[in-house]
Amino acid sequence: MYSPQIILEAALNGLMTGAVYALIALGLTLIYGVLHIINFAHGALLTCAMFAVWIAWAWLGMDPYLAILPLVPLMFVLGYGLQRFVIGPASHGDDGNILLVTLGLSIVLENVLLAVFQSDTRTLDTDYSFQVVALGPLLLSYPRLIGLGVAVVVTGLLWLVLNRTDTGKAIRAVAKEKLGANLVGIDVPHVYAVTFGLGCACLAVAAGLLMPTFYVNPRIGGAFVLVAFTVVVLGGMGSLPGALLGGLFIGVVESLCGLFLGDSLGQIGIFLIFIAVLLVRPTGLFGAKA
Amino acid sequence: MLAVEGVSKRFGGLMAVNNASLSLQPGGIVGLIGPNGAGKTTLFSMISGFVAPSDGRIRFEGTDITGEEPHRRAELGIGRTFQIVQPFAGLTVCENIAVGAYLRHAKRADATAKAREVARRVGLGTELDRPAGGLTVAGRKRLELARALATEPTLLLLDEVLAGLNPSEIRDILPVIRGIRDEGVTILMIEHVMQAVMNLCERVYVLAQGRMIAEGPPAVVCADARVIEAYLGHGAAARLKAEGAAHG
Amino acid sequence: MTVRDLIPIAVLILLAALLPLVVTSSPVLNFLVFMLIVALGAQGWNILGGFGGQFSFGHAAFFGTGAYVTAILQTRYGINAWAGLVLATAAGAAVGWVIGFLSFRSGLRGSYFALVTLAFAEVFRILANAASFTGGAAGLLIKLDVRPANLQFDDRAVFYWLVLALVAAVLLLTRWIQRSRFGAQLVAVRENEDAAKALGVNSLKVKLRAIALSGGVTALSGCLYAQYFLYIDANIAYGSWISVELLLAPIIGGVGTVFGPVVGALTLHGLGELAKQFAGRIPGIDLIVFGGVLVLAVAFARGGILGLLERLRDRGRGMVTRGPKEVSHAGR
Ligand SMILES: Nc1ncnc2c1ncn2[C@@H]1O[C@H](COP(=O)(O)OP(=O)(O)OP(=O)(O)O)[C@@H](O)[C@H]1O
Ligand SMILES: [Mg+2]
Repeated sequence: MYSPQIILEAALNGLMTGAVYALIALGLTLIYGVLHIINFAHGALLTCAMFAVWIAWAWLGMDPYLAILPLVPLMFVLGYGLQRFVIGPASHGDDGNILLVTLGLSIVLENVLLAVFQSDTRTLDTDYSFQVVALGPLLLSYPRLIGLGVAVVVTGLLWLVLNRTDTGKAIRAVAKEKLGANLVGIDVPHVYAVTFGLGCACLAVAAGLLMPTFYVNPRIGGAFVLVAFTVVVLGGMGSLPGALLGGLFIGVVESLCGLFLGDSLGQIGIFLIFIAVLLVRPTGLFGAKA
Repeated sequence: MLAVEGVSKRFGGLMAVNNASLSLQPGGIVGLIGPNGAGKTTLFSMISGFVAPSDGRIRFEGTDITGEEPHRRAELGIGRTFQIVQPFAGLTVCENIAVGAYLRHAKRADATAKAREVARRVGLGTELDRPAGGLTVAGRKRLELARALATEPTLLLLDEVLAGLNPSEIRDILPVIRGIRDEGVTILMIEHVMQAVMNLCERVYVLAQGRMIAEGPPAVVCADARVIEAYLGHGAAARLKAEGAAHG
Repeated sequence: MTVRDLIPIAVLILLAALLPLVVTSSPVLNFLVFMLIVALGAQGWNILGGFGGQFSFGHAAFFGTGAYVTAILQTRYGINAWAGLVLATAAGAAVGWVIGFLSFRSGLRGSYFALVTLAFAEVFRILANAASFTGGAAGLLIKLDVRPANLQFDDRAVFYWLVLALVAAVLLLTRWIQRSRFGAQLVAVRENEDAAKALGVNSLKVKLRAIALSGGVTALSGCLYAQYFLYIDANIAYGSWISVELLLAPIIGGVGTVFGPVVGALTLHGLGELAKQFAGRIPGIDLIVFGGVLVLAVAFARGGILGLLERLRDRGRGMVTRGPKEVSHAGR
């Protein structure tokens, strides 16, 4: 029914979308791995970042890729502050509370954006938005190809930060053994906030990569956050390589489901995978131990 | 009434319990002792159904219960306490005990009455309306005991109910345990407080590194060379004997 | 249950029943009916989330099922709306049982349970949005035919009384749960599942009963929603907005208490209306307030409004203040 070329193209496109999913999931899984919390505000924070990219473009005429550079530290600071001064203190260290606080935050953020920007959908266009690269007989979207490359690089960078820097070592120590880390003099709340900040910084990159080909409205984060949860669960909560592989996989699944089932049912494949993985193997497919 | 037949439990590469057997006749108090990490709690968890044995069978009053769920075993009459106390922190002492009492009393009034009676017996009669989260260590240990007792078990597994108590608190609770036995409840207790073991138990089993190494009256078992070695290390028994001879 | 247990419920419901005699403006009655429908659904959430400690982020799955079942039965099969009401409730209970069976048997709890319920609700939303017998994206219209036999009344007050009566019934149900063996076991599972099992509680069975009851009650509220507005689509019935509302109300009001969901729904929607009055036509202003209140409630009033009141009362009596954990289960 479909020619192999169409299927292959859909799969490759999915792979490239999946790279951005992976970036979003990377932040989520990093936060989960260290703080052991599910950050429900992740989607809303992504929306914030996407609006920031849009503003930089619409008001300052800044290229979306260029906007990533100032946005990364900004999002880091936002994430750091949120964890340090809102989520941490408000949730008294209880998991259920954290879930509720981040849910509350996401409602607030989303609707503040709604109040400010109304519910209109906004896009930005660059001269490369619709450029394609020919790979043999296949036509691949240029901005998405960039997205794939950057996602892989960022995963690598994050890995380096975690494994080669002192901060990274502190983060891993806290992730493994919070009490012990505290005893050897690591400032746990600070490490938590840094981790949260890093997670948000990933969103800044994802937002910059998304905007050339995608749109933004105040509710857009919700769509991504569920996909990101799926990726994280699939890859094993807290696993960075898991998030990368899971993201790519989910991108392909979504793209193929969309091709075979049509757009309105396309996403259902993701959720069915999500449910199945949670029910059968909540530690994830890629083997990270709970 | 209880027969543990060659059970083993493997956690990854670790044999926490290795081909251990044990059998209990109705009535009386039997001790289960052994060094830290010997696998005592794991054995309890297998008897009460929280941990599935990798190998072996468990029989209770003649029927094989190896595959039964924990709540079914409680219904059959096996009660247990937890070494690390597990109170329902948000509930009052009375409500905590009533959860146990509801097992055999469907009506609230009956369950509450039963809970009050049990509370009084273990010495929590004045704390009924306090939140369980606010109890002292001794109070929590009593609560563990009370809740298990409220299920009206025929076999009661006590996991270090005396640990963390001071001598006078221990002195207070020993008669309570004896009283439970006198009512015909069979008790199997894990205990590190040797004085209490000597005092209460007619018979003890000794578990070391997952293996059942000795069984018998406490005084005999404590003199057993294997047991001394298990506690004090290889060669300890011979050393002690030599020292004893030198002094004697 | 004793007579003393019932007095507060009776007083509250009687007072509420008198309201339509005083207030006759239809926007206000609309507001009250909507608020009560949310309160009813939130009572359903509270049975599972409050008493059972299993936080669902996807109660839309039940709300939407209730709404769609009655709407489809009426529009496609010409089944009477009252029968639809009963069947919708039963369908909600069944869906609850199935979701519960799948997730509790795999040992899901905490955040994992929250996520899986959310995913179920999303699956239902996507399916309802795509399938043709649910009316697809266009949604379903229930035919306007104002007759009591059709569960449609020309006086809004009658619908208000109907919803109020159902809220009262669920208040009684909740009070019964609180005073019964089932309730004690459910709370025990919430507090410490292993300890409960050791005391002979069949935790799977108890949780399944709770989620079935919960699903049934919430489906009932969804059915009433469809019946009152006579229109639903996938984003209304299975949308995340309703999952959030149903969870917010009990948490704001007092999670695991009899009156918490009602108090919470009233407070939230009261605040939301106030915010709209003050801020004018800013979109989403009520939700900003909801989210803010949620964060504040978690930070400063874990037992919700009822917990706060209880603490104030205790302090007034000079009693030792209890920790937040205890307060959250008080107010009985
Ligand atoms: N769930 C588990 N997973 C992995 N290892 C376990 C688990 N439970 C117990 N162990 C290990 O099994 C061994 C036996 O533990 P157990 O708690 O049964 O010992 P114990 O005799 O009760 O010791 P103690 O006197 O300190 O209470 C220990 O080495 C422990 O670390
Ligand atoms: Mg032990």
